[in-house]
Amino acid sequence: MSGATVAAVAPRTRQRTAEARRRAFLTTVANHAVAIALTAAFVLPLFFVVTTSLMTQQQALNPHDLIPHPFQWRNYTDIFSEEPILRYGWNTLVYAGLATLGVVLSSVPVAYALSVIKWRGQRVVFLLVISTMMLPSQVTIVPLFLLFKQFGWIGSLKPLIVPAFLGDAFSIFLLRQFFLTIPSELVDAARVDGANEFQIMWHIVVKVAKPAIAAVGLFQFLYCWNDFFGPLIYSLNNDKIWTLSVGLQQFTTIHRGVLWNQQMAASVVFMLPVIIVFLIAQKAFIEGITLTGVKG
Amino acid sequence: MSTKTDTIAAGAAGATPARRRRTRRRYLTVAAFMSPWIVGFLVLYVYPMLASLYYSFTKYDGSKAGPRWTGLSNYQFMFTKDALFWLSLRNTIWMVLVSVPLAIVLGVGSAYVLTKPRRGRAFYRTAFFLPTMVPAVAAAVAFLFLLNAGGPIDHILGFFHLPQPLWFVSAQWSKPGLVVIGLWGVGSTMIIFLAALLNVPAHLYEAADIEGANAWQKFRRITLPMISPVIFFTAVIGVIYGFQYFTEAYVVGASVGSAAGGSSSALGSPQGSTLFYTIWLYQQGFESFHLGYASAMAWMLFLIVMACTLVLIKSSNRWVFYQGGFR
Repeated sequence: MSGATVAAVAPRTRQRTAEARRRAFLTTVANHAVAIALTAAFVLPLFFVVTTSLMTQQQALNPHDLIPHPFQWRNYTDIFSEEPILRYGWNTLVYAGLATLGVVLSSVPVAYALSVIKWRGQRVVFLLVISTMMLPSQVTIVPLFLLFKQFGWIGSLKPLIVPAFLGDAFSIFLLRQFFLTIPSELVDAARVDGANEFQIMWHIVVKVAKPAIAAVGLFQFLYCWNDFFGPLIYSLNNDKIWTLSVGLQQFTTIHRGVLWNQQMAASVVFMLPVIIVFLIAQKAFIEGITLTGVKG
Repeated sequence: MSTKTDTIAAGAAGATPARRRRTRRRYLTVAAFMSPWIVGFLVLYVYPMLASLYYSFTKYDGSKAGPRWTGLSNYQFMFTKDALFWLSLRNTIWMVLVSVPLAIVLGVGSAYVLTKPRRGRAFYRTAFFLPTMVPAVAAAVAFLFLLNAGGPIDHILGFFHLPQPLWFVSAQWSKPGLVVIGLWGVGSTMIIFLAALLNVPAHLYEAADIEGANAWQKFRRITLPMISPVIFFTAVIGVIYGFQYFTEAYVVGASVGSAAGGSSSALGSPQGSTLFYTIWLYQQGFESFHLGYASAMAWMLFLIVMACTLVLIKSSNRWVFYQGGFR
C-alpha cells in the first residue's frame, strides 16, 4: 500500500488508486457511522438519566423536550436531606472497602501457593478452588444465613465483610494466572540467596504483580459497591446499615412512577463514583477482564 | 512419602531424612499460605452444602424446633404441585435462551465495529463499555424510567413510527425489557471478544485476500472459528449466571408490583412474568421462611446448571475450534 511505488507508474493505474482512495474514504465514513450509532445507543440512556435528574417533577413525567427547563438542581440537595443517602454511601464504602482489603490480603498468599510454590496435589486443589465459582450462591445461602444469625450478625455488615477475609475464588484464579507469568529465574535467585517463601512473596511477587493486584482490588470493590443480593439478605431488617443498592431499590419501590427526577438524581449519585473510578483506572480494568477471558 | 515435586537437586541423591524433612516443611508452608482458603472452603462451602442438602429433605422454618425430616416431599411438591416453580423455571429458561445468544451476537458485533476505525478506537471502546459500570440496581431504576409510557425511549420509537410497547407494565414485554437492560451492559463481554478478535493472526486474512475472499467469507471462515473458544467461554458463563438472574428482576418486579398496590409478595409482577427461579427461591426462603423447600430448589438449580454446562461442554468439540489441533 506504499504510495511511492504507485506514483511512478502509468496514469491508468493512478486513476485506479484514486478510485481505491475514494473507496477507502467511504469505508472509513461507514465504519465511523456504525460506531457513532452504537455510541449513541450505549450513552444516550445515561444522558437521559442525567437530564431527567435535573427536571421538575412534572417535566420528568412527560419529557417532551430533552433539556430541563428550569434546571432544578434542588433535586440533588433534596435527596440528601430527605433520604439518608450519606449514610447509605458510608455503609457501601465500609462494605466495599473492608471486603476488598480482605479479599486482597487473603487471596494473594493462596494464589502464591497455587503458582509459585510447586507441590504434589496442587492441580487438584486448584480445580477445587475454581469449582466453587460454579456453585450457585443459593445453595449455601440458607445455612450461611442461619449460621450468621447464630453469631448475632444479621442486621450488620459483618456477614458481608468477614467472609471476604477467607479468600475469593475468582481473585485467586486471576492472581494465579498472573503469578504464573512471572519469570522463575526471579524467584529461584531469591531462593538461592536464602529468602523464605513469605519474603519472596512480599518482596518480589507482590512488587511485580502490582497491576494484577490492582485489577483484583478494583473488581472486588466494584462487585461490592454494586452488590444487591448480599445486602438484601443480611440487612433488609435494619435500615441503619442499608447500602446504596438497597436504599435506592426501596426508594424506587415507594416512589414508583412519581418522583422520577429524584430517583434519577439518586441513581446518578450511586453510579457516579464507579464511573469516575473506571475513567481513571480504565487501563488496569480492561487488562484485568482480558486476562480472565482469554488466558483460561 | 516419596516425592518428585522437589525439583532442586539436593546434593547426594539418596539423602532421605533431610529430604523428607524439607518436603514436610514445604507442605507446612503451603498449608499456611492456603489457610484462608481452607477455612473459607470448610465454613463457606462444605458445611453449608451439606447442611442445605440435609434441609432439602426436611420441613424447616428456622425456629428453635429445628428441621423435621420429610424425605422427598419437598422435591415431590416442587414437581407435582408447585405451579410457580414451573412458571419460574420457564421464565428463567426463556431469559437464558434469549439473552445469552443476543449478548454473544451484540458482544461480537460491537467488538468487530471497534476493530474497524483506525482512529478513535479508545473513545468508542470507553463509550461502549461505560454502561457496564452502572450498578445493576441503578440500571434497573434507570430503565424503569426510560421505558415507562411517555418516557424517552417511547418518544424515540414514536419518532421512527415504531410500535411503543408498555414494557415493564405488560406481561408480554417485561422480559424483553429486562433483556434490553442486560444488553446495555454487554461491555465486559465485548472487551473479551475485542481481545480475541485482535489476536487473530493477520496473515490468515492476508492469505484470504489473495484468494479473493469477501468480508463475509473472511468472517465466517477465519474470524468465527478463531474466536469460537471465547464464544464457548462466554456461553458457559452466561448460562451459569443466567440461571441465577436476580437483581434487575427483583427491582423491576417489586416496583411494578408496589405500583399495582400489591404487598411484598408482589415479586414477579406483572402477572408472574418476571418471576424467575431465584426470585421464587428468595420468596420461599426469605419471605415465607420455607427454608427446607428453598434448599431443595437451590439444589435443583445446581443440578440444572450442571446439566446445561455439561451439555455445552459435550457439544463444544463439534463447534469449538482450538488452535492447538490445527497446527
